[in-house]
Amino acid sequence: MSYILRKLVRAIVLLAGVSALCFLFTEMAPGSFFDEMRLNPQISPETIAGLRASYGLDQPLALRYGRWVKSALRADLGYSIAYNMPVTPLLWSRAKNTLLLTTSALVLTWLVSVPLGVWAANRRGGVLDKAVTLASSFVISVPELVIAIGLLALVVRWRILPVGGMMSADSETLSMPAKLQDVARHMALPLVVLVLCETAIIVRHVRASVLEVLGAPYIQSARGLGVSQGRLLFRHVLPIAANPAISLLGFSLAGLLSGSLLVEVVCGWPGLGPLILEATLSRDLYLVIGGIMFSALFMVGGNLIADVVLVAVDPRIRKEGVDAH
Amino acid sequence: MRTKVAVLIVLLAGLHLVLLLAGFFAPYDPIVQNREQSYAPPTRLHFRDGSGWHLRPFAYASTVVLEGDQEGSYQEDHSREYTVRFFVTGPRVELLGIYQSSVHLFGVDGPGRIFLLGTDAYGRDEWSRLLCGGQISVAAGIAATLITLLFGSAVGIVAGYYGGWIDEALMGANELFLSLPWLYFLLGVRAFLPLHLSTLRTFFLLTGVIGLIGWARPARLVRGVVLSSRNRNYVLAARGFGASDFYLLRRHILPEVFGLLLTQAVLLVPRYIAAEVTLSFFGLGVNEPVASWGNMLSTLQQYSVLVSYGWLLAPACALVVTSVLYSALAEVFHSRLKSHST
Repeated sequence: MSYILRKLVRAIVLLAGVSALCFLFTEMAPGSFFDEMRLNPQISPETIAGLRASYGLDQPLALRYGRWVKSALRADLGYSIAYNMPVTPLLWSRAKNTLLLTTSALVLTWLVSVPLGVWAANRRGGVLDKAVTLASSFVISVPELVIAIGLLALVVRWRILPVGGMMSADSETLSMPAKLQDVARHMALPLVVLVLCETAIIVRHVRASVLEVLGAPYIQSARGLGVSQGRLLFRHVLPIAANPAISLLGFSLAGLLSGSLLVEVVCGWPGLGPLILEATLSRDLYLVIGGIMFSALFMVGGNLIADVVLVAVDPRIRKEGVDAH
Repeated sequence: MRTKVAVLIVLLAGLHLVLLLAGFFAPYDPIVQNREQSYAPPTRLHFRDGSGWHLRPFAYASTVVLEGDQEGSYQEDHSREYTVRFFVTGPRVELLGIYQSSVHLFGVDGPGRIFLLGTDAYGRDEWSRLLCGGQISVAAGIAATLITLLFGSAVGIVAGYYGGWIDEALMGANELFLSLPWLYFLLGVRAFLPLHLSTLRTFFLLTGVIGLIGWARPARLVRGVVLSSRNRNYVLAARGFGASDFYLLRRHILPEVFGLLLTQAVLLVPRYIAAEVTLSFFGLGVNEPVASWGNMLSTLQQYSVLVSYGWLLAPACALVVTSVLYSALAEVFHSRLKSHST
């Protein structure tokens, strides 16, 4: 339990650190949202000063940060200047789509890469192993942007899937199952890109950790005792090999979120990515900070889940928790 | 293994040489527009005409069809041949930033034009833009890598060598940077910096931001090496003889870090090139009309362009080639480093 508690404290410190960093950067930033208004001769400097004051931008950094933290604790992340509405509902409406995309990608990635990794490790040096190793090192070395653009080009040219957005224009008229199918078809392309990029990384780790366990003495003795290969792999090897893989889950989240931002923008999936990009281009300060906080929150949440799972499957960590007292 | 490294290094050196001398290998100025040649497909090189085979390839001028069902496509005009010549005089360009030259590797006599990879929306030669854009993208990747390694190893050395609360504070910050989704972070930092700047300032800003965000991993690795080498017997002995911190770091500890840094450098360069390309693709990096692989690719955000003008994918292919070469080299270095340390 204390292990989870420690992780929780660390997560909170991390979120505080990210937000403080964001505010530090806003202070160092030379430009602002009002720069373009300032060039407009019809808007007087007094109006702009008034606007700045109404958004609280004329106050010192520490005060602003304190106020922001206080309201952030009440799930209010500030006010979007460009959209002229509170940031939180705006972000949440988009974050749902990002969550849908990334969790589907995560589940699918693990469904693909665990069996593939175990199989490759089991037949070490075989055709499949070599193919997996080669393909994964190729996919890893190709930038995600290129993979996304390449697959998009194929899909658009062959008209296999609908591209852009999340549902068709006539989606309102469809029945519930047809609606779901429509969303799934729209999600297919970004999902494939993400799963491809993530699987390439995870399959290697799964393979490596299975290989490591396969070489352990107790596995050899189990083999000597005549345990069948299937039982050996799934009863004796996989639970042990899962450990490093589960802690990898936490780490892979950061990559997944970054990848998702990129893929969303390229494929036109209405998630956080396009929103944040737009906010970046229009310098919508609180929206950008809110978006970063959302992504950090996802990260932290995912890491905590990974930690809980790790505690559940690994008795050594529970023991370590006891030892810490 | 040896030959593999040699082949990879030669290929990479060739690639960088071509990019470095982009002005020589490119027949045209990358920002000169030819409005009447918008989206022209790659010029086809012919070896054969009505009078038989030729040793030297030649091209035909092509013009856009204005009417009929082929409207908008390009048609070759077979009335005049333009032989491809080598070492021709063309527009004046700067080589290596210091040397003015007007010699180009190849070209055709005017008014003919040779577009090896076609043209973009403004009729700019894609091949010339590919080379000059590559110059910027790759240079940004390398510069950002240097920044990351300098900063990261400085932090790693301080944390690993001095330990204590300095170590703890630095590694806490380290964890913060490691656990952030870098692209969100990159966008966030970029959001707070001015959007439209001169090319040179954008370049420094981009490399600075990309480089400084990535310091965490190398710092962690360097710290590990320093930590383990700090207590080696010969280091302790040297300290016993009264060696200063600076001497110990320079003479005994830095050499151990070197192999690690080299591997990290080869690993980071393609990633940072991709980071620059991504930012420019988003419109947050190098601005038009100056070319970079990223802003060349950003026209493909329109699906119609993506489908109709396949040659505009050239920067993506160049990026793939660069990344694969670098990654292959990194893999070799990495396995070598591992076999050394065990």
